[in-house]
Amino acid sequence: MDRKYELVYVVSPEASDEQVADLHTQVEAIVQRIGGQIEKTEHWGRRKLAYEIGRHKEGTYVLEAIIGGGELMKEIDRRLKVSDLVIRHLVVRVDEDQAVVERTKAKRTETSRRRRIARGLPADRQPGEGQRGEPDDDRDDRFDMGAEEMR
Amino acid sequence: MNGGRKSFGGGSSSGGRGRTGGAAQGKDGQRRPMFRRRKVCKFCSDKIDDINYKDTKLLMPFVPERAKILPRRISGTCAMHQRKLRTAIMRARQLALIPYTAE
Repeated sequence: MDRKYELVYVVSPEASDEQVADLHTQVEAIVQRIGGQIEKTEHWGRRKLAYEIGRHKEGTYVLEAIIGGGELMKEIDRRLKVSDLVIRHLVVRVDEDQAVVERTKAKRTETSRRRRIARGLPADRQPGEGQRGEPDDDRDDRFDMGAEEMR
Repeated sequence: MNGGRKSFGGGSSSGGRGRTGGAAQGKDGQRRPMFRRRKVCKFCSDKIDDINYKDTKLLMPFVPERAKILPRRISGTCAMHQRKLRTAIMRARQLALIPYTAE
């Protein structure tokens, strides 16, 4: 019963690089103790928070993809909650969503191939062949505003 | 026009959604078609399957200035993708990637 989880935690900006690394080894230790596996670790580095958490305006983000059971994640969740250095964390189960995404993708390519064959075309799209371009003013960019300055 | 009678309502058969665009009343009671672009779901047309909370670039256009989630009737997102968008935005908010409110 192996599930795939994603864990993101935000470490306080005051924490040194060693402390961040230390947190990672702590997580790793729990994963190894209870039985699981860290698939990958991503350090997003320091970035600005969208809103203040406590008195912090910045945080160091770390993402870990973990394969394991629910009990393991419960323990990690508990530990991160207690930790003072971690100002925010989030555990999300991702395997089911990824399966759905893959299924829809497979379904789409399959139907497109079938239709193309029915129209007497080669199954895969040829280079140089593309969708008919849409008229330029059809692009509605009214709601693209503010995306940049809100960062 | 219309046998000298005033035509009422301008034949706006299009309902509250205003998707297909009804007919606007002209000055002289003549019907003039008002063009309202039909909205399409961005995620369906761009074939984006995975609406991920980490992808703030993708999510930001759906949280305009007040940082509220853009409703479906404005963005034109389909029901399925609006649901996925909502979870993604709420997760991103928890991690302070996206604001809850504007300051």
